[in-house]
Amino acid sequence: MTGEWPLYEVFVRGKRGLNHVHVGSLRAADDDMALHNARDLYTRRNEGVSIWVVKAADIAASSPDEKDPFFAPSGDKVYRHPTFYDIPENVPHM
Amino acid sequence: MTVTEPAPSEAELERHFEHTIAKDQRIEPRDWVPEAYRKTMIRQIAQHAHSEIIGMQPEGNWITRAPSLRRKAILLAKVQDEAGHGLYLYSAAETLGGDRDDMTEKLISGRQKYSSIFNYPTLSFADVGVIGWLVDGAAICNQVPLCRSSYGPYARAMIRICKEESFHQRQGYELLMTMMSGTEQQREMVQDAVNRYWWPSLMMFGPPDDDSPNTAQSMAWKIKRHTNDELRQRFVDMTVPQAEALGVTLPDPDLAWNAERGHYDFGAIDWDELKQVISGGGPCNTERMERRRKAHEDGAWVREAAAAHARKQQQRKEVAA
Ligand SMILES: [Fe+2]
Ligand SMILES: [Fe+2]
Repeated sequence: MTGEWPLYEVFVRGKRGLNHVHVGSLRAADDDMALHNARDLYTRRNEGVSIWVVKAADIAASSPDEKDPFFAPSGDKVYRHPTFYDIPENVPHM
Repeated sequence: MTVTEPAPSEAELERHFEHTIAKDQRIEPRDWVPEAYRKTMIRQIAQHAHSEIIGMQPEGNWITRAPSLRRKAILLAKVQDEAGHGLYLYSAAETLGGDRDDMTEKLISGRQKYSSIFNYPTLSFADVGVIGWLVDGAAICNQVPLCRSSYGPYARAMIRICKEESFHQRQGYELLMTMMSGTEQQREMVQDAVNRYWWPSLMMFGPPDDDSPNTAQSMAWKIKRHTNDELRQRFVDMTVPQAEALGVTLPDPDLAWNAERGHYDFGAIDWDELKQVISGGGPCNTERMERRRKAHEDGAWVREAAAAHARKQQQRKEVAA
């Protein structure tokens, strides 16, 4: 049964200089098999130079809701953005 | 700072869901969704996955008999892509709580369907070309709008799939062009394959709109973006000039440009045939299901051995630690 095979999430670095990006998931018996399956499933056309696989059960995640109070701390801090500050137009290079 | 809010009511959750869809935003895993949306989406994705998996069989039939190493390598790559499509989709269904073993079980017990087109036989190598051109072509028509499906993981799988389908369609058309520039017998093989696959390809878009009761709800949820008849028309309009360029005749005497509509008119589809094939009475239904069941059963020891190996490795690691 594949039910015995844990679910893995797959992250691929498209090329040097880019972050790993989540591309999907797969089932595999162990880490080695997960890496091999991820290569065959998600990088058949040179889509990546590096793959991370991690058991889905090992990921800690915030609630997906956009109204989640979890993100409230950054909601009212407009002064963290450069556009918050008025600088006269005659000041160069800023 | 801790914000304590009472848990949102079902009505509020529902409003939030509707709002997300209305804003054309994507629903993501673990979002609250109405039970009917979850069920419909799991079934839609699973049946799509089943189609990709069963879809390996008609063409797989020709891998060992491909006429050249070039064609064999191409066909192998194409069939491997279809396996990949199935796997992207099964994992997308899992994000909604679909169970992989349960989905496989539903396929091999016949409780979930797959696309009717794969119940037709592949009688000559020209069928490989015609499947790439017409069947993958129809699949592209169906799938491009699904790249904007409201369910995020499904939409993303579709984007990946559509990129690969383009190779499928082009290799098929190129194969046919090669055959059409060959002998008279090769041209006849192509025409014969077109004659057999044209109508079943039109049926791939499903029953006509007035006999498609779930369309309205699916459109409202944005898990379907166009009606069956709209997509079918789009496919016909795209395909007619391709057939002309290829030099084959589409087997429909009623096929004609309608300047007023700005579309091609086409003849009546035999809906009884579609019903019969969907309900198990197509030429290859039994064979396809049997093959899938056997592959699943024959693979059981491999799955068990891999799981046993993983357990042993884990134990060894724990002892060493
Ligand atoms: Fe496919
Ligand atoms: Fe395909």
